[in-house]
Amino acid sequence: MLTIDQATYDAIVAHAKRDHPDEACGIVAGPEGSDRPERFIEMINAAGSPTFYEFDSTDLLQLYKEMDANDEEPVVVYHSHTATEAYPSRTDIGLAMEPNAHYVLVSTRDCFTDGGNDDGPVEFRSFRIVDGNVTEEEISIVPTLS
Amino acid sequence: MAIEVKIPTILRTYTAGEKAVSAEGKTLSALIDDLEANHSGIKERLIDNGDLRRFVNVYINDEDVRFIGGLDAELKDGDQVVVLPAVAGGC
Repeated sequence: MLTIDQATYDAIVAHAKRDHPDEACGIVAGPEGSDRPERFIEMINAAGSPTFYEFDSTDLLQLYKEMDANDEEPVVVYHSHTATEAYPSRTDIGLAMEPNAHYVLVSTRDCFTDGGNDDGPVEFRSFRIVDGNVTEEEISIVPTLS
Repeated sequence: MAIEVKIPTILRTYTAGEKAVSAEGKTLSALIDDLEANHSGIKERLIDNGDLRRFVNVYINDEDVRFIGGLDAELKDGDQVVVLPAVAGGC
């Protein structure tokens, strides 16, 4: 199960909406082995694409050096799908390289309605992806991490 | 000649859980062969068809090797190499 606080949940959804129709991506870091998503880090989608995301290679190194220095790891790796459901694609599965992370998928396909509103429903789901096997998990949204 | 190579979580199965290992080589290509000699199987995760895998990033002293010669990038004693899988995907 993924336990995430409301503010971080909201920040991920807001990022996904802001970057729509391009895919948004980022991570939430936490102390190694803690399974606590504490530090929200928005990343730039270097692919700038509605169908693909990739962290810029320089940003990626910077991020991992920072986490290394803080004894952190990526607890959540998130990205959005802007025209399809919030389920890992074949590409997502093939490229998932963090066996300890919760892979969060947000779909913004239904959240933009005619007239420019962005308050339609957003799908927010979490998965484990290990060795090509996808397992969906429950999400518990809490006011703050205890 | 020793070069420290930082290993990402996903590849630590090849290094008995070690986060960093020591290796040798005058080029990245030679370094990867040396890694393979001590950590069998790791080369295939880094190289495909004679080139670095598209979604594996390798840095020498913080420079992405794609901009400094790829597998031919030169190494010297004390350099630090970091291997990081890309964080990427697509619908």
